[in-house]
Amino acid sequence: MGAVGEKPRLIDESGRRIDGRRPDELRPIEMEVGVLKNADGSALVKFGDTWVLAAVYGPREAVPKHMTLPERAVIRCRYRMLSFSTHERKSPAPSRREVELSKVIREALEPAVLTELYPRTTIDIFIEVLNAHGGTRTAGVTAASLALADAGIPMRDLVAGVAVGKVDGVIVLDINEIEDMYGEADMPVAAMPGLGRITLLQLNGVLSPNEFRTGLKMAMEGIRRIYEMQKKVLRQKYAVIEEE
Amino acid sequence: MSKILFENRSLVVPGDVVAEGDRLTLAAPFLRRVGRSVVATVVGLLTVEKSNNEYKVGLIPLEGCYYPRPGDVVIGIVRDIGVTSWLIDIRAPLPGVLNASDYLGKPYSPSEDLSKYLDVGDVILAKVAQFDRGRDPLLTVQEKGLGKVVEGALIEIKPSRVPRVIGRKRSMLSVLQEETGCQIVVGNNGRILLRCPDPEREAIAVLAIKKIEREAHTQGLTERIKDFIIEQKIKRGLIGGSGR
Repeated sequence: MGAVGEKPRLIDESGRRIDGRRPDELRPIEMEVGVLKNADGSALVKFGDTWVLAAVYGPREAVPKHMTLPERAVIRCRYRMLSFSTHERKSPAPSRREVELSKVIREALEPAVLTELYPRTTIDIFIEVLNAHGGTRTAGVTAASLALADAGIPMRDLVAGVAVGKVDGVIVLDINEIEDMYGEADMPVAAMPGLGRITLLQLNGVLSPNEFRTGLKMAMEGIRRIYEMQKKVLRQKYAVIEEE
Repeated sequence: MSKILFENRSLVVPGDVVAEGDRLTLAAPFLRRVGRSVVATVVGLLTVEKSNNEYKVGLIPLEGCYYPRPGDVVIGIVRDIGVTSWLIDIRAPLPGVLNASDYLGKPYSPSEDLSKYLDVGDVILAKVAQFDRGRDPLLTVQEKGLGKVVEGALIEIKPSRVPRVIGRKRSMLSVLQEETGCQIVVGNNGRILLRCPDPEREAIAVLAIKKIEREAHTQGLTERIKDFIIEQKIKRGLIGGSGR
């Protein structure tokens, strides 16, 4: 995080944000699927300087066996920030935050996966943050959902996520680390846009009911755009082979 | 009125609305009805057939694990020896079970050591006799051609690409067998057994099968594979350059 210094100006006179974006502008997003050979499905997602790698294995036999369920597959999810992903070295031991985010991300993905098709098995999801610059959980959800699709696991819809926040009194989309640190509120949202369902909604800070509505609307629009990118990148994987 | 929103053989991804209306027959577990629309749940190729004003929509998945169905022919590798049965790795989320009495064709008393008949690492050709959600898939070898495999080469491909290697009415398989002179057994679980007259032809068959796996979603594949095998045969001096 670096030394906590003076709070910078987050919105300038022309209404631009600290990295030059407009309030409703996403960071440049890049996605790639099938990046890992050994995993059944994988994806690398970049939201600006936030880089997240997701790998999916399964459905496969569960070890230990007693944790399986007779009527559906169990989803196990691990979110982790690599030691070198932050300014100051992060201890590799799982922190309270990582354990909690693993659960939150799992719960954001579970409604999408048709787990009832594979009873007594597990689906393992690994999410590794390579570089953290704000919005890692929503990038993680986005990457994991792509990796699940890449593994051929049946899903009701893709899940995409993005965070909105309030900085210097302005509601902004896809906040970065600095805006998160000095802003007044931070609200990560993940949803299945095709079905119009929200699967993750958290709020850190204070928003008025009106600000909340504006923020949620802005987030859903961002999610729509990310969702279209996800679909495009899944199709692209096969288009490349076709050209050869 | 029904409406199909994608063309026949187009690539769809999870969340894509592929059709709308109620006069539709869904011929795949990977398509889901949501209200009046039909949504894809996996990455795959859409198949559309029209017969007297009714559409039959199917989805051939391009990724995914092998999930056993009764009647499937599978190539398994012995993983563990139990008291009265073997556990067989069939590349499914659950291990296959082969009972000693089934393999030996007679009642079996647990006094004998089963490794005498099949040891860990042995390859068998078997059929899935039973599989319901409560129990592990039960295998049988009590049919012509099934049993222990003693010779040949074994290769693995993605289980989702198996239908392509066989082809419509076994067209791809007969091209492979005729052109390479190999005897080919394709297991539904993505393992393929080759018995070839010489190593050169075996190499060609392997390359051709890997090419089918890579290009499974493209059209006109059977013809391309035929050309590919002829080209390889010329390159390796198995046939003359002019004609064939």
